Amino acid sequence: MNSVFVYIEIGEQNKIADVSLELCTKGRKLANELGVKLECVCVGSGLNGIEKELYPYGVDRVHVFDDARLFPYTSLPHQDAVVNLFKEEKPQICLLGATVIGRDLGPRVSSALHSGLTADCTQLEIDDFDMKVKEGDDFVDKHYEKQLMQIRPAFGGSIIATIVNPEHRPQMATVRDGVMKREILDENYKGEVVKHEVGKYVPETDYIVKVLDRHVEAAKHNLKGASIIVAGGYGVGSKEGFDLLFKLAKEIHAEVGASRAAVDAGWIDHDRQIGQTGVTVRPKVYIACGISGAIQHIAGMKESGIIISINNDPNAPINQIADYNINGNLEDVLPKLIKYYKQNNK
Amino acid sequence: MLKIIVLAKQVPDTRNVGPEAMTPEGTVNRAALPAVFNPEDLNALEQAIRLKEQHPGSTITMLTMGLPKAAEVLREGLYRGADNGILLTDRALGGADTLATSYTLAQAIKKVGDYDIILCGRQAIDGDTAQVGPQVAEKLGLTQITYTEEILECTKEKIVARRHIDGGVETVEAPLPIVVTVNGSAAPCRSRNVKRIMANKKVEFTTWGAADIDADPTQIGKAGSPTNVKAVKSIVFKAKETKTLTSSDEDINNLMKELIESNTIG
Repeated sequence: MNSVFVYIEIGEQNKIADVSLELCTKGRKLANELGVKLECVCVGSGLNGIEKELYPYGVDRVHVFDDARLFPYTSLPHQDAVVNLFKEEKPQICLLGATVIGRDLGPRVSSALHSGLTADCTQLEIDDFDMKVKEGDDFVDKHYEKQLMQIRPAFGGSIIATIVNPEHRPQMATVRDGVMKREILDENYKGEVVKHEVGKYVPETDYIVKVLDRHVEAAKHNLKGASIIVAGGYGVGSKEGFDLLFKLAKEIHAEVGASRAAVDAGWIDHDRQIGQTGVTVRPKVYIACGISGAIQHIAGMKESGIIISINNDPNAPINQIADYNINGNLEDVLPKLIKYYKQNNK
Repeated sequence: MLKIIVLAKQVPDTRNVGPEAMTPEGTVNRAALPAVFNPEDLNALEQAIRLKEQHPGSTITMLTMGLPKAAEVLREGLYRGADNGILLTDRALGGADTLATSYTLAQAIKKVGDYDIILCGRQAIDGDTAQVGPQVAEKLGLTQITYTEEILECTKEKIVARRHIDGGVETVEAPLPIVVTVNGSAAPCRSRNVKRIMANKKVEFTTWGAADIDADPTQIGKAGSPTNVKAVKSIVFKAKETKTLTSSDEDINNLMKELIESNTIG
């Protein structure tokens, strides 16, 4: 009882999402601090043996809901599987990926259980918490031990807030892909699997959304793992402007990323967005091209090794965190970088 | 004929924090940010107006919760194509987290009573949580389509929509009534219409407080919010030691030489 739970997101060919495994690693650490078990919920179709992929991350129990109609994901059946399981198991913490699925499901679960949910946490810690609580007409100090500190940027990344929900369970949080580190705890870790009768948790009336058509492609890039990133912002000016960035990236074996402004302008795919509401990256080298440096962008790349800003505005905020600030136009600077690299790279 | 409700929020414009909103200490002064119509709620409004065009006689009701000033988004909605607006405002509603907000909106929607489709933005730019749409749906016992890019078809009975998913897109069909949250990548909202501005400049909006929507005092405002903010720390943007270069061949070649020789790139 009162375990730490992770909702496992299951994609095409029953591949477990990276973020779910990252959360298992985090969940294991939280469970150790609390002295409780780490448990997972898997909802999908054809899940035989899926527990074996989770045990090595230190998972003690894997709850499986297996039905052909549970994949692809739709809101109501997954909600009821999780909510009705939680009513029995009474977890103290529930972690979900801040993915499209996690952000579709998490709020519904928190609403159904009347528990707090914090979106897009960047840190999760266990700590004590003191709060004034109203009792009758008076306020009294109340001490809560071992609460989940849910730490997240807010207001476009201008502040970092620590959120606590002491009076309600589970304490729920979503975390974006790549924010936590994934680590195998023990290849031979022993857990147990619990296969639930789906019909007991999910009423037939839940299957009302039909997925008519689906196109999922494997990621076209590996921004998260790239050691060099060339990123473009509003200063790139157009979709064609990004061609030059791709050219440089190809040459120096980099991936191309973008700021929200460039994505919103429709110049580049949404999945290449770097920042608080996109991907968080930590490359060795980050080349910011025409990026002004809104704080929510900086939140997603400030841990880069070397930051090179190319901008014709010497006052662009990003220049303040850059190691090198090249004052110039992209169409002037980028070809020079390419040319020098071509000539001098061994 | 469809009865459409659009949920909209007035938010501080966190997208473009300019120097005027920065304090001398290098933190953001939120009070200095202009208040705007939450961008994705405008995408939602556009989908609503398109539905109305396809189904003549439909009505679009805007619903917002906030300070009295939030009526500005209702008016803006009317200028662009909505028919009427409801403002939820009450001191008792202050300090609400997403759950208390959703409860309050759901109570107001129940009071409106007759609806087929509830549209809202996927998320608001002040919190980026994307929780209120799904929580309103749960409170009303409805299903939802989140991350919607386009409504392809909608009748009184069912809706077909294309939505963004991780790594791709999917097309789903669902029965009405339903909550639909709309992505920023959906069609932008049309601009104001001059005739609509003239007609709606002085319109007064229905204003409801907690008592009008039969709200349970333990579920609204601060009291109804499971989440507590323990601490808030402002981010200080500190300058690093930055080398400033020009775009001259010499500067660029020296930089590349340094990066290649240190095996940083290449």
